[in-house]
Amino acid sequence: MKVNLRVWRQKDPVDKGRMVDYTVEDASEDMSFLELIDVLNEKLILSGEEPVAFDHDCREGICGMCSMVIDGQPHGPERSTTTCQLHMRKFNDGDTITVEPFRAGAFPVIKDLVVDRGAFDKIIQAGGYISANTGSAPEAHSTPVPKAAAERSFSAAACIGCGACVAACPNGSASLFLGAKLTHLGEMPQGQPERWERVVNMVETHDDAGFGGCTNTGACATACPKEIPLDVISQLNHDYLKATVGGRKK
Amino acid sequence: MHWTASPLSSALGAVATQVSTGGSAKASATPARPKRPLIPAVLLKFVMALSGFVLVAYLVVHMIGNLQIFWGPTAINGYAEWLRTLLEPVLGWEGFVWVVRIALLASVIGHIWAATLLALRAKRARPVKYAAGNKVKGSYTTRTMRWGGVIVLLFVIYHILDLTVGVANPVGAHLKPYENITAGFAPDRWYVTLFYVIALLAIWFHLRHGLWSAIQTLGWNSNRREKTLKAIATVFSTVLIVGFLIVPISATFGWI
Repeated sequence: MKVNLRVWRQKDPVDKGRMVDYTVEDASEDMSFLELIDVLNEKLILSGEEPVAFDHDCREGICGMCSMVIDGQPHGPERSTTTCQLHMRKFNDGDTITVEPFRAGAFPVIKDLVVDRGAFDKIIQAGGYISANTGSAPEAHSTPVPKAAAERSFSAAACIGCGACVAACPNGSASLFLGAKLTHLGEMPQGQPERWERVVNMVETHDDAGFGGCTNTGACATACPKEIPLDVISQLNHDYLKATVGGRKK
Repeated sequence: MHWTASPLSSALGAVATQVSTGGSAKASATPARPKRPLIPAVLLKFVMALSGFVLVAYLVVHMIGNLQIFWGPTAINGYAEWLRTLLEPVLGWEGFVWVVRIALLASVIGHIWAATLLALRAKRARPVKYAAGNKVKGSYTTRTMRWGGVIVLLFVIYHILDLTVGVANPVGAHLKPYENITAGFAPDRWYVTLFYVIALLAIWFHLRHGLWSAIQTLGWNSNRREKTLKAIATVFSTVLIVGFLIVPISATFGWI
């Protein structure tokens, strides 16, 4: 199949950047979208041009590295799928596909389609962990966890931190990411001791990075490749209010 | 993104999330980040939710009060007088009405102030727009909250000039709501009725998302309750707006 690509090209963080048109004549519908870019890059290299820089790692939909907005949708038109697991059979022969980086002030473009998602690392560093003395693993049944809490924590822990929620949010907010991390730890007994300072510190770091505020549009949950539910944002608000207005954080 | 606990390790009960050390090695190449906002976005949303609830509570009382017009001029004109006698020994004549007005004004100012800050922050959070447009969209109601809110504000200003101050009303008599309403929505002033109907529909849109959104902001939403809460928000807004709509429509069609 033949596809026309409109790809964002940007030399470095200070370059203004522009959309460039390419055509890939020999695409197969069994290719993943990243393989399509690979084919394009081989052609570019052979003709002495600079290949398109893009983030990728596991290519099996679990690492969260691939980050492209395809035709205005983070990770492309297929629901609950990362770009690497999006296949060309989802498109038609002769389609023109627009490929852009995740757009957010807090995710500055490094080159072409590669953005710096270090802001997410900073949010995690602010509290997305538990402090525990490691050693031999304790007996698993010594700390009972209710089934519902375990399930909820587990589905929140499915977040791979790809940033699609930010890319989709009309406000450029990372609330779904924040909510996922807070729910993941907050539903577990191990997450309780640091629960209230965690939420305050993570929200502060989120705002520091220049992410916007949530208006509950639900675009993030729609775009999320791991189907993180919208109610984790309600959990985030709940914990934050309890910690600040409710005076839980000392 | 190596700090993320893999689903497998979570399933085994390990919840610790690791932090990679070299996470943002390229941060030095990035332009200066915005300074910490004075008020966290979550608290601004809290202001929006609480002020919104005050306004909705007022709307409910306002709507029920309006319906007295169907019991004739004495009922609704008497109701207008009665409102001014509430807590008269403490607050004096009309004192209660002024307390409510000040609370409403404070809520409206708080609501608009927080919305403006959030809108400006959202604008800064995405300096470069998508060439193909953002195709992941919320519902129509979520996308029209900001401009819909501006339309509602303009309507409220006109409405106060019409039926509170009276300058935009053909009668405009103080404490004579029956006369003001029947004259204001007279059949030959059908365009005023039409404007009210459109504005009330805008409020319906605003409330449908706003009510549910406020619940989510206050942290009372959950996956299990989400559908029910959204349905309640829709039914509540519909009943409220229908209650408001029947008064001007009835006046125009001469059913009062």
